Amino acid sequence: MFDFLEGYDLLGAFWVTVQLTVYSAIGSLIWGTLLAAMRVSPVPLMRGFGTAYVNVVRNIPLTVIIIFTSLGLYQTLSITLGAKDVTDINFRLAVLGLIAYTAAFVCEAVRSGINTVPVGQAEAARAIGLSFSQVLGLIVLPQAFRSVVGPLANVLIALTKNTTVAAAIGVAEAAYLMKEMIENEAELLLISAVFAFGFVCLTLPTGLILGWVSKKVAVKR
Amino acid sequence: MTSILYDAPGPRAKRRNVLLTVVFLAAFAAVLLWVYRTLDERNQLDWDKWSPFFTDSRSWTTYILPGLENTLIAASLAMVIALPLGAFFGISRLSDHSWVRLPSSIVVEFFRAIPVLILMLFANELYTQFEGISSDNRPLYAVVTGLVLYNAAVLAEIVRAGILSLPKGQGEAAMAIGMRKGQIMRSVLLPQSVTAMLPAIVSQLVVIVKDTALGGALLTFSELLASVRPMSSFYGANTIASFTVVALIFVALNFALTTFASWLEKRLRRSKKSTGAVLGADDVDDINAAEVGGTFGTGAGGTI
Amino acid sequence: MKLRKVTAAAATALVLSLTATACGGDGDSDSADTGSGSGGGDKITIGVKIDQPGIGQKTADGTYEGFDIDVATYVAKELGYTEDQIEWKEAKSADRETMLDRGDVDFIAASYSITDERDQKVDFAGPYLLAHQDLLIRADDNITKGEDLNGKKLCSVTGSTSAQNVKDDIAPQAQLQEYGGYSECLTGLENKVVDALTTDDSILAGYAAQEQFKGKFKLAGLKLSNENYGIGVKEGSDLKAKINTALEKMVEDGSWEESVKANFGPANYKNEPAPKIGQIVE
Repeated sequence: MFDFLEGYDLLGAFWVTVQLTVYSAIGSLIWGTLLAAMRVSPVPLMRGFGTAYVNVVRNIPLTVIIIFTSLGLYQTLSITLGAKDVTDINFRLAVLGLIAYTAAFVCEAVRSGINTVPVGQAEAARAIGLSFSQVLGLIVLPQAFRSVVGPLANVLIALTKNTTVAAAIGVAEAAYLMKEMIENEAELLLISAVFAFGFVCLTLPTGLILGWVSKKVAVKR
Repeated sequence: MTSILYDAPGPRAKRRNVLLTVVFLAAFAAVLLWVYRTLDERNQLDWDKWSPFFTDSRSWTTYILPGLENTLIAASLAMVIALPLGAFFGISRLSDHSWVRLPSSIVVEFFRAIPVLILMLFANELYTQFEGISSDNRPLYAVVTGLVLYNAAVLAEIVRAGILSLPKGQGEAAMAIGMRKGQIMRSVLLPQSVTAMLPAIVSQLVVIVKDTALGGALLTFSELLASVRPMSSFYGANTIASFTVVALIFVALNFALTTFASWLEKRLRRSKKSTGAVLGADDVDDINAAEVGGTFGTGAGGTI
Repeated sequence: MKLRKVTAAAATALVLSLTATACGGDGDSDSADTGSGSGGGDKITIGVKIDQPGIGQKTADGTYEGFDIDVATYVAKELGYTEDQIEWKEAKSADRETMLDRGDVDFIAASYSITDERDQKVDFAGPYLLAHQDLLIRADDNITKGEDLNGKKLCSVTGSTSAQNVKDDIAPQAQLQEYGGYSECLTGLENKVVDALTTDDSILAGYAAQEQFKGKFKLAGLKLSNENYGIGVKEGSDLKAKINTALEKMVEDGSWEESVKANFGPANYKNEPAPKIGQIVE
């Protein structure tokens, strides 16, 4: 029944999916936190930029963003992100697109986490003379992160599934292999079932582990 | 505009802010200029690439508008079905009876874990088994089914988290005055959690609109994004122009949706005198008066 | 308390009713559109490409044009359907076998190469055109054989057989950029980031013949593979014989030649003579 799997590097494709997920997760966590910091920062222009960024990027379908990274950045502006080989370039561009998109959601999650930190914390920090970046970096964000592990886990799960969109610019991850197999084998349902199972294997443990972590680190108030 | 995160800027801070603003603007302008120059050099700004959208109304009537119509149909159908279904599963997960709680937990966790695209494929295959569904309507039904299954699961989580975020006293007080469980949920918990959940629900509705685009990728559902392909091949591969136009339409569409939602949210907040959602409007204003939109305490923020 | 509940309920109702009316309005017009299309019994549904100029392209007028469209129209006419009775339907490459199998379409003419795997699932009438995998390059470039591609940047459509051919046989060292459609590749080719676009020469000729690209691109003229375009019908369908007769007639009365010239001619595409029915070039 599963002999159509022969000759395809299923594990390799899912490995690329995992790599895409990990790099994009790290990148979007950093960029998303920066965006959140911008959105609560004292500089009006940065606040404006953060808000505009989130509102625009969040509202564009990811497919369009990914295609733009390739068509716009690479094919037109010749940005290769330091890679020589087309495969590497596409991989990095896909990571860049995923970071740009996911960061908007991370930013919103982090910002909602900032809202959960009691006002007294920030006030006390200011009272002892800490600057904005110190208040945010030393007092507010560490507490905020502990309360948003759950929402961030949701973002991570969504990100894992969103990596399938990278196939649009030819990154050889799971969905790309799926397309190739469907083209060759005409076993639409079975093939999709295999890939659905693969994704469940990736996302379910993530959700369970991070769910446990979020309970563990939550600030009891 | 003051915030509890920083002091009101004094003269030095103001100067620094101005300086930062200028540097930021200059850098931004430089990037924009470079992008513009390169696009121009590569002939991507040529008038024949963009003119179809301005001078040729057929590009709208033949490709974009029918696609937009399909996107709107699929998105609104999915929203209308997924919202009550999500509320149902969210509440079921909070049930006292394990035979209600467990199955709905399994359903929610299962459909949250699978990519929407694959759900759509399955639905499409399922619908071929029914004679009553014509092949013209099948992709639409499949897209709506996939969107409903996934988003109902996510909405269920939002609803559940929203209800859990209410102070315990609310439910207990209602119980003390002798309300039944159904009554408590209907009259006390749900109405209060609606405001707290609203931002998260809206960002999920935006996801529904965007995810209709997946229907065009493997199924032959001719939605807005899928309309780019025949359009750009007809107008001489003006891909960048076509994608830009379609992206702008998506942004406008979703922006309208979020604006309406935040207006609604403000109205709901205003009508409340005291507690309401755990997060009083005042607290939010204190942290950052910029604007509200986070998904405080719902535990489901940043749904994609 | 009471007031709060009412407002919240009203808000929910408002959201619901707004979305409901929005969809209600659209839904009606949609069912009216499609209802008239699939309702009549004397329609013929044909699966075609809608994004390949020269082969099958949906024009801005909402009509369809291209070589496959001409062939399909001719065949439909021979089967006893006028042009008004034809309902065109997009047939994505990956979806073609299943569309036939389910009976969504009566036949498919969509740059559909006859291969052994496909032949096991559906029946093919024809072939009606012999195409070859080829390269589209910028007019000032030169690539004379497949091996020249090693080290060059090549573009094709994700998962397509042409892309797999290049990777496996023709030029394993070539760097392959894959997109969802050929239009994206053309943007890269135009911007000189990609060196060549590879797929069937008929499709390439269709693109190169477009007004916007006159003189910019040319076909390299390499015959990297043989693609026998057939008309796909459901396995065991009695349409196959009728379509074959129609195709023969089309070649005989010169409409075939005329259509090839009209659709591929401007790109200086040298077509193969009309293939004999049932004669598949390996």
